[in-house]
Amino acid sequence: MSDYTITIGTFIAIQAIVACGLNVIVGYAGQISLGHAAFFGIGAYASALLTTAGGFSFWGALPLVLFITGFIGLVLGLPSLRLKEDFLAITTIGINFIVVSVFLYVPFFGGALGIGGIPRVILFGTRLRGTPFLFLCLAFLAAVQLVSWLFTRSWSGLACFALREDEAAASSMGVSPVRFKLAAFILGTAMAGLGGALYAHFMRFISATDFGFPMSVMILSMVVLGGMGTLWGPVLGALVLGMLPEVFRPLTEYRMFLYAALLLLMIRFQPGGLLGESSLARQIFSRLKGGEKE
Amino acid sequence: MLLDVQDLHIAYRDIEAVHGVSFSVEEGELVSIIGANGAGKSSILNSLMGLVPARSGTIRFRGEDISRIPSHVRARIGIRIVPERARVFPRLTVRENLRIGLYGIHEPAKEKERLAWLYELFPILEERSSQYAVTLSGGEQQQLAIARALVSDPKLLLVDEVSMGLMPKLVDQVFEVLQHLNRERGLTILLVEQNALASLEISRRCYVLETGRIQFEGASEVMRDDPRIREAYLGL
Repeated sequence: MSDYTITIGTFIAIQAIVACGLNVIVGYAGQISLGHAAFFGIGAYASALLTTAGGFSFWGALPLVLFITGFIGLVLGLPSLRLKEDFLAITTIGINFIVVSVFLYVPFFGGALGIGGIPRVILFGTRLRGTPFLFLCLAFLAAVQLVSWLFTRSWSGLACFALREDEAAASSMGVSPVRFKLAAFILGTAMAGLGGALYAHFMRFISATDFGFPMSVMILSMVVLGGMGTLWGPVLGALVLGMLPEVFRPLTEYRMFLYAALLLLMIRFQPGGLLGESSLARQIFSRLKGGEKE
Repeated sequence: MLLDVQDLHIAYRDIEAVHGVSFSVEEGELVSIIGANGAGKSSILNSLMGLVPARSGTIRFRGEDISRIPSHVRARIGIRIVPERARVFPRLTVRENLRIGLYGIHEPAKEKERLAWLYELFPILEERSSQYAVTLSGGEQQQLAIARALVSDPKLLLVDEVSMGLMPKLVDQVFEVLQHLNRERGLTILLVEQNALASLEISRRCYVLETGRIQFEGASEVMRDDPRIREAYLGL
């Protein structure tokens, strides 16, 4: 594989991890978030600061990074307990802008210069770069997928699904809305934090603008495109949206147009996403399985 | 006394929908509240479940004031509701819908026993157990809503307008099941209905609600023969 392919692949794997995290919040628990890049950024900055100024190794910093992003996710998830759909969307956008501003204007976070000199990840005494680092990201993606899968099989997952479908009905079945919405925010933001940590040690230089609102929209688009609430949807979404800019490189001028057209076509013809219920892919798959469905 | 409600007021912002109602339900009773559309029946049930806050008044369940505790806690202590229009979880399967009802009861043996009993009561649900709830017909969704409320073995079952939107034959069926649960299983049921005739037939006592106030109360048998009730609610 060429360096170019490996770089693109690594970006896609990292974004897939972040998208999986958003899928827990949006897809499983039904809480809209338009500020997910904030947690991607919090993870990246936390890992960058801990490994540069803090003197930690990547592995030593990682549990702290997950804890920090998960904890901030919990605090910033609190508005979701009182706000519904559109207001929550606006609030999460606001959170995204505030977090970016803090990174940009508080000197501790390096200001406009960002943070540089972030060390590479060291595993078994070797500095990971290129293909080995891509595999590290893929291994983490597999772990994130495993956690997501376990979550959907657990009581907590089922409770979140019920809340997503009908909050009043779920709470009158004994499901605490507070507990499970916050659980989804903690899990989803911790996954974003993991993606952020990998991003920081891949780029080795980060600045606040990497984690702005456009990134949040991009991540949400991945989840919507692939299929909200499905296990593999966010990964597929990250793959498609990660590759499109490269495939359309000769058509650079029209790239945004094609990108927008694709999203509009999706919303018109496959609103559940590529892997959602009653999507083309699902129908073909169930037909191949022998038409078990009625 | 299983449920004792005193001077319950319910308001939506500035508009008061229920103006101080008092009623009670004894253990093992089947009590109905009838009244026209907009009389405040559903508001009362939702307020008992904790889905709509009470402005003032007390709700005592087994002697304890529950009017300030959140709905999921009320569900845990044995109050379950069959909501108006069923409100099953559409994108979950029938089995998952039932499992939600078991949330917090971590006894696999009991879980199997309860499911077997419910499938016996509503055979169609077993047939459709791996189907999404959204694919069920209106009557099947209503049965699922009842089963979902029953699966945790509640002490008090609140039933909100179960007959709404069902064809007459199904209404009879559902009412039969409720009557059976009450008589054979000793389940305490509080029923809220627009279909006055059917609910007077199966309930022991009845409250008549008019624009947020209780106008009449008494034994259902007596009510059925009361000329005022016959004219206003039974259309006889």
